[in-house]
Amino acid sequence: MPRMNLSHFEAAALFAFFTSILLGIITKRTDRERVRYAVYCFVCFIAAIFGLSWLMYLGHG
Amino acid sequence: MGEKANPESEATPPVHKWAPAVVLAWLIPGGGHFLLRRPGRGGLIAACVGAMFLLGLMMRGALFQPQTGDLLTTVIYCGGFFGNLMSGIFYLLTVWLGYSQPDVAGHVHDYGTKFLVAAGLLNVLGMVDAFEIATGKKD
Repeated sequence: MPRMNLSHFEAAALFAFFTSILLGIITKRTDRERVRYAVYCFVCFIAAIFGLSWLMYLGHG
Repeated sequence: MGEKANPESEATPPVHKWAPAVVLAWLIPGGGHFLLRRPGRGGLIAACVGAMFLLGLMMRGALFQPQTGDLLTTVIYCGGFFGNLMSGIFYLLTVWLGYSQPDVAGHVHDYGTKFLVAAGLLNVLGMVDAFEIATGKKD
């Protein structure tokens, strides 16, 4: 099996991508709502990744 | 005045109505939705859970074994084992085929371990969705 070597951002973005799709599928009723919610979740994940990354960077000094 | 809940509508539906879909949803991620004739959603759940699990394996994540000790150890190892187990056939095949990755330092291994657990937890969401469809709480 091939071995993957990803950066923190790549791994976290992949996690956000698949989790957002699944949250969209199971929580909303129409396809339009599902797509919108999945995109919303993905954007929130990415914003949290950048926000927390900067927080840790600045907090580390 | 709030309406009183109807005891008949609140009661848990008979097990034979939802158990096959929920068990199949555990064993084969998305399988419960296929059984309930929702192939689109079932396919997407299978793809997401399968991709997460496969990525976890490719990152050489570790599988948890249940351990007890202090509270934190019990929660982490038993919870992690539960998360792994919830991936159904992916976990069973991986164990049967002899995958054994020790828990080593490194962010890629660490992400892999989390991906393996998260795949199972996403499948739990799929099982709950299958349960709600089977019991008529959702269309």
